[in-house]
Amino acid sequence: MIRTPLRPLARILDAREQGVNPQSIERENLRLRREQARDAGRRRAEWRLLFLAVAFFAGYAAIGAKMGMLAASPVVESEPYAGEGISGARADVLDRNGRILATNLVTHSLYAEMRYMIDGARAAHELVQIFPDLEEESLSQRLTDPRRRFTWIRSRVSPEQAQATHDIGEPGLLLGPRDMRLYPNGELAAHLMGGTSYGEQGVTAAEIQGVAGLEYTLNERLSDADLADVPLSLALDLPVQAVVEEVLADGLQMYNANGGSVILMDAHTGELVAMASAPTFDPNNRPAPALTGDPADSPLFNRAVQGLYELGSVMKVFAVAQALELGLVTPDTMMDTQGPIRFGRFRISDMHSMPSRMSVTDVLIESSNVGTARLAQMIGAPQQRSFLQSLGLLDYLPIELPESTRVRPQYDERWSEISMMTISYGHGLSITPLHLAAAYAAMVNGGTMVQPTLLRRPDAPVGRRVISEQTSLQLRRMLRSVVTEGTASFGEVEGYFVGGKTGTADKPNPQGGYYEDRTVATFAGAFPMNDPRYVFVVTMDEPTIFAAGENRRTAGWTVVPVVAQMVRRVAPMLGLRPQDAADVDAELGLR
Amino acid sequence: MRALFYLLTAFGVIGLAIWAYDQNQQTQTAQRDVRRLRAEIRSLHESIDVQRAEWAYLNRPQRLRALVQMNYARLELLPLEGSRFGRVEEIPYPMIAPATDGAGQEG
Repeated sequence: MIRTPLRPLARILDAREQGVNPQSIERENLRLRREQARDAGRRRAEWRLLFLAVAFFAGYAAIGAKMGMLAASPVVESEPYAGEGISGARADVLDRNGRILATNLVTHSLYAEMRYMIDGARAAHELVQIFPDLEEESLSQRLTDPRRRFTWIRSRVSPEQAQATHDIGEPGLLLGPRDMRLYPNGELAAHLMGGTSYGEQGVTAAEIQGVAGLEYTLNERLSDADLADVPLSLALDLPVQAVVEEVLADGLQMYNANGGSVILMDAHTGELVAMASAPTFDPNNRPAPALTGDPADSPLFNRAVQGLYELGSVMKVFAVAQALELGLVTPDTMMDTQGPIRFGRFRISDMHSMPSRMSVTDVLIESSNVGTARLAQMIGAPQQRSFLQSLGLLDYLPIELPESTRVRPQYDERWSEISMMTISYGHGLSITPLHLAAAYAAMVNGGTMVQPTLLRRPDAPVGRRVISEQTSLQLRRMLRSVVTEGTASFGEVEGYFVGGKTGTADKPNPQGGYYEDRTVATFAGAFPMNDPRYVFVVTMDEPTIFAAGENRRTAGWTVVPVVAQMVRRVAPMLGLRPQDAADVDAELGLR
Repeated sequence: MRALFYLLTAFGVIGLAIWAYDQNQQTQTAQRDVRRLRAEIRSLHESIDVQRAEWAYLNRPQRLRALVQMNYARLELLPLEGSRFGRVEEIPYPMIAPATDGAGQEG
């Protein structure tokens, strides 16, 4: 900027000529210059003020907007402090009608903090009076150790024990809240529940972890803090389960059996209404797994999903089903049942003498090994294998139990002709009772596969078709006849029209071969046979009873009466009305 | 005029301060109440859980079965069996008089 001189020479000279005081020119210029400077300063100040005003306005507007938002937003209670990030919360498990199978209970844990401890030795002495299983010496050492600051004494104490501990009056002994998993029904459905243990422990809470059963498989769902208040509903029906376990226990006692299992499944949805395995245990106090002996003898062993058995004649149904499905035979086709069949060093014969020619229906009713082997020969090995594969009998069966994951059916991979024949009547293929239940459901429900599940699933999609509606009806007729005139005659329950197939398999000897006098007896079937609602598979391990003059080990004498008793008790509880014999027989086309 | 304005402003500020203090106290009281209620709710939840668990424990099928057996003489309860279902025909229906127009409307 060019500064205007205060005393421009030209104007001074002019002023002198006119006799005006040249000083006034300088004053005038000075005044103008000051005015200019003042205007510039004012403009700058005004800008600053404006800037500040905008800044303050924006600041207050932001605060005001935030306050408005806070005032307008709905009131939410802040989450209570969770404490150390460990939560013992765990969702309840209910049966299909909302009865409690597993719940959480707040108890106390007992620990000691040394900075408050006055007389550790006395505390140890008094504690041993309350908890007799504690060792006074080591406890006293722990409680008086000057280097220690903290020690756990018990992870779970009852209210009485907590009060007694309180009464010791030792300030160093402290009680923390502790969630505990409780199975109020004790041993009921123990194998399904499994059990829990404590994971990470803190003073105010301890994590509860599933260690077996569905507590393990569904651990993530059950321990999800957001879903802790949403109980998990199972397909299980608690009163039905109770009756099933009672009947099974009575049966095991009556027939001197080592153990047994029951599966009761909805024939259309695959929901497991009851599932039991005996012997059983108390999940509240889960025993340690046995380190010696056969794990299958442990009460922890779930025979229904872990036990692989050669199930014997119950498998004949699949050979008959496939022969019918392929159109090779009709139920009335006469089969050559003249035995024995010799095949290399093997010899296939029947348990008792049978006519040399029988209809396919009679082969199933009388349970002829020879007749079934002949059916298998007509079918052929590759077709038989692919049919059993389609029924899921050759693969691991997924269900919400960790015990089932390593259980794969056992069979000879080569699937030779002799194994084809033995498998047709139930030897040479070991499967679990649950596999059998799923396959039987497909046989009787109209021919579609079901996926067994422990969870509530009333609207299960219709599964893959494995046999036709017509074949399923023919099988239902035959299975019904097994009860009315065959090996399962003790299985008749008035009004409920049980149908099924018995199986008595000699137990394999670990030293090779088979035991002569040890059997696994199975009865698999469904009721009511005109429109099957429930499929059952009941097995008993080494049952025997002295009846009609001799020792009986076959399924017809042992498992079948147990099933009859079970159906008699359970069917009315499941809401099934007894039906008229004439109606049902007409529906099945039996008479 | 200006003095009056200042006076009113001063009173306004004092009034607002009192109001704000009061609100603050009320909020703190409310928060204390909420904490107390929350603790109460928690302890009530715990007692509900305990009672639910106890209910389930006392109603476990094993115990009910034993009780039914012990009290058989008095209650005579038996397992539900198929023979216990009745038929509609077994229910004696009251005779229905042939309805006239008037009776039908009254009924």
